[in-house]
Amino acid sequence: MELQAVLMAAGGGSRMMDLTYNTHKPLLPVGNKPLIWYPLNLLERVGFEEVIVITNKEVQKMISTDPKTKLDVKMKLDIVCIQEDADMGTADALRHIQQKIKTDILVVSCDLITDAALHEVVDLFRAHDATLSMLMSKAHEFTETVPGQKGKKKTGEQRDFVGVDGTGKRLLFMANEADLDEGLVIRKSIMRKHPRMHIKTGLVDAHLYCLKKSVVDFLADNKSVSSIRGELVPYLVRKQFSKSMNSPNVNDEADQNLKKKDGNANVEIQILSRDEVLLQLTRERSCWNDHRGNMSEAYHGGRLRCYVHIMDEGMCYRVNTLAAYIEANRLAPKLFHEPAVHPSAVISVLCLIGADSIIGASCQMSDKTSIKRSMIGASTTVREKVKVTNSIIMSHHRGGGSVICSNAVIGRGADIKYCLVGSA
Amino acid sequence: RDSSVNVVQLLLARLDNGVVWLHSDGPEKKYEIRRAKNDGKELTKEEKQRLRKEKKQQKKQKDEKGTSERAKEKKHVAPSQPVATQPPTQKAHTVLPASAPIPVPASGAPSHSSPAPSPADKPAKSRAELKAERRARQEADRASKQQSCSSSSKTKAPPSELNPVVKRLPEHVQVDDPAVVKRLAKKLERQQIPLRSDYGYKVSLFSHLHQYSRKAPLTQQLSIPSTVIHPSIVRLGLQYSQGIVVGSNARSVALLHAFKQVIRDYTTPPNEELARDLVNKLKPYISFLNQCRPLSASMGNAIKYIKKEISNIPSQFKEEEAKTKLLTCIDRYINENVVLAAKAISKYAIEKISDGDVILVYGCSSLVNHILCEAYDKSRKFRVIIVDSRPRLEGREALRRLVKQGISCTYVLISALSYVLPEVSKVFLGAHALLANGYVMSRVGTSQIALVARTFNVPVLVCCETYKFCERVQTDSFVSNELDDPDDLMVTRKGKTQLENWHDVSSLGLLNLVYDVTPPDFVDLVITDLGMIPCTSVPVVLRVKNLDHSMPVWMLERGFRHKVSPCLILHAMLHRL
Repeated sequence: MELQAVLMAAGGGSRMMDLTYNTHKPLLPVGNKPLIWYPLNLLERVGFEEVIVITNKEVQKMISTDPKTKLDVKMKLDIVCIQEDADMGTADALRHIQQKIKTDILVVSCDLITDAALHEVVDLFRAHDATLSMLMSKAHEFTETVPGQKGKKKTGEQRDFVGVDGTGKRLLFMANEADLDEGLVIRKSIMRKHPRMHIKTGLVDAHLYCLKKSVVDFLADNKSVSSIRGELVPYLVRKQFSKSMNSPNVNDEADQNLKKKDGNANVEIQILSRDEVLLQLTRERSCWNDHRGNMSEAYHGGRLRCYVHIMDEGMCYRVNTLAAYIEANRLAPKLFHEPAVHPSAVISVLCLIGADSIIGASCQMSDKTSIKRSMIGASTTVREKVKVTNSIIMSHHRGGGSVICSNAVIGRGADIKYCLVGSA
Repeated sequence: RDSSVNVVQLLLARLDNGVVWLHSDGPEKKYEIRRAKNDGKELTKEEKQRLRKEKKQQKKQKDEKGTSERAKEKKHVAPSQPVATQPPTQKAHTVLPASAPIPVPASGAPSHSSPAPSPADKPAKSRAELKAERRARQEADRASKQQSCSSSSKTKAPPSELNPVVKRLPEHVQVDDPAVVKRLAKKLERQQIPLRSDYGYKVSLFSHLHQYSRKAPLTQQLSIPSTVIHPSIVRLGLQYSQGIVVGSNARSVALLHAFKQVIRDYTTPPNEELARDLVNKLKPYISFLNQCRPLSASMGNAIKYIKKEISNIPSQFKEEEAKTKLLTCIDRYINENVVLAAKAISKYAIEKISDGDVILVYGCSSLVNHILCEAYDKSRKFRVIIVDSRPRLEGREALRRLVKQGISCTYVLISALSYVLPEVSKVFLGAHALLANGYVMSRVGTSQIALVARTFNVPVLVCCETYKFCERVQTDSFVSNELDDPDDLMVTRKGKTQLENWHDVSSLGLLNLVYDVTPPDFVDLVITDLGMIPCTSVPVVLRVKNLDHSMPVWMLERGFRHKVSPCLILHAMLHRL
């Protein structure tokens, strides 16, 4: 087997507490489908047959028992529960399932909505025998005004600095503004090997990573790493240029300490020792080099390589803030081709439904309602003379308005704009 | 005269709608003539039916006949043409008496017209002489036919164990024939491998070859955790198509490495034999790799070797034993044919490098680089001129490797070739394959180097391991070649790419050839692991290798060293035993 898919669905949605205090993040409806459906659909489209889903007990219960949350996926889901109060990071979760992992893994987050061509990321992983391969996308400005927020988004958001080489594929540098004290510090060893680096800041990390199995084993040894995005990825990117990686033979005496601290080196060498002779011979005889202008061989002799695929066009959203949630709701329907109006919805004659709206199953639209650019969840009843604009109405409630969580009741003649209505 | 007219009538009756059959009616035609001569009667119904059956069977074997028979028979039969003047019969007569069937080439049409005029041009011999010759030959044929029970044609040349019985054109040079493409698509569908579609406008002379784009990899159409194809083969295919593994030796070694992983992960399904099942498992992988990038000659030979080794596994071997045996076979093959061969070739080549030499090399040949590095290690004093060419610019990598070793190098583009040649003392070239007629197939541009070097009277030495020798015969670079991605020819200078919209210009085609063939007249010496042989001895090596695959290399080598045919050495050894 080549790759195992791991879906991280245990996140709490800390940046959208208004929405998630009642419904868990993986089950938030986007375009009338639970959020977790989108990455699962992506994996299924690409050809995966099994996915390991890491989530908490409530979500697992809802997925398996609740008939309202149908997932419609043909893949086999291996759901692993972790304690919600254990405050596990993504890397901790990987350590938790280390026994199940037999080969290289593809880690996806449950809040990813994208139509990216996954083969681009995986091809980089395969062709260059990379340790890490990830997906990033050019960020788009969110155009929708977010209910509950006064004024424009604060620009104090932490920026990510991503450094890539001339081809735009090799990942050379990654740091978050929060980790940098005064300025951006780039090591000389990187500059010597890659004198031309492009540093980009406006990129969205899709949290889709292809990792080698040896990395999972490394995580098992190093219990201090708890988050993939926050700690593991920057660590791997830094390790590409560290001295121990590039020496062809690791001398036992000199690098004992390094070996103890750096479980990765050990594991790397283990994997590489088998058939290393033939691979070495191939590389010697092949007249290809990934760079030119200096005397080093391909990849500068480094064994750890990190690659990134940066999407220019196409949709890629991470639904972890309210603004992203609203934007995703607007654009998600483009991803699937179901009809906007569910066949079982009962819509009366005098109802105006705009082009960008989606009406869920068993809805009842009464007369003289107007629905524009909104999502109406399943089993919702909208009474007369209600205007619903730019709203997301989750299932099982009646009325019209902004973002209205489940089980809220909004009376007749109500005109709610840009509000967040909590559940009843 | 009457009998011939009878024959003509019979043949006319035989022609379906006036379609002229090229392939033979050789023996039955002779049979008819003989019968006509002997009996002078019209053939009975049963005989007609029998003859029709024979003709049908011969149609099936039409590919096996050579043209020499046709030429021979043309000479004999042509003057016996009746004076009957009807043009269709004339044509039919001239063509049908060309009794040996001509192997129908895929391009079809032109060969139809060629036999027609030639018999008519032959000078008419004396009729009586010819009749006598013909009668004698027919007697002999009838005697031999009575011996052979099958209706196989008498003019069929006994297939020597050297030539395969059926020679069919490979599909990768028939891309413009829709029937062949459809057959390929069906085969790939059966093996569950996606078909890679051609890209861009193809120059008309090369429209019979595939042309793929590097931006449309085959993995787009595969599922991501690839289940049909082993992951290491997918990785290998990607590395081939993206140009990460380039060069004949590197590609074969990478292929065998991937096969080792396949063999390690293989488990025999129940009720199957490893020997047969594993070979069948490898077939779709080979098709996949072929789709990613056409196989090289060295890869073809490696695959043949591996398939033979697998089929020769005795059935009493357990799975683990069989697997270990195969893995050691692969290691030994690589060791002998790549590593040790490189050592042997370096040894011979270093004899040819003298102090003060100026050596010209072209592109990046792993073997030539190895030789030069070894020579430098053995303290020979020489300098190297590296000739490079677009779009691959592989010479830069060769330059880096040689300069890193410490050799002083000069770097020029191929346009400066005639400028630098006067100071060159020898030319070392690498080869992708050596063909059976002595032609050298190598990176495009090599034939130019050899040509200009010959003009300047500079010796050209080609270095090639014996496992790259292939049985193909080619005299030009058009018939069988490889078309690389045409977008590689686009170059961006100062932010502008001139050829950016070459698709929009309807009369513009970009051609990016990969290989060309150099005739043996331009090559002075071929250095192989068997020794230094002239280019024309390649078929000898092939013949000897085919005769006995396990013939030890030293025996062949001894033969070459004493300038004696290895077969004689073998005979001598056997007799001594």
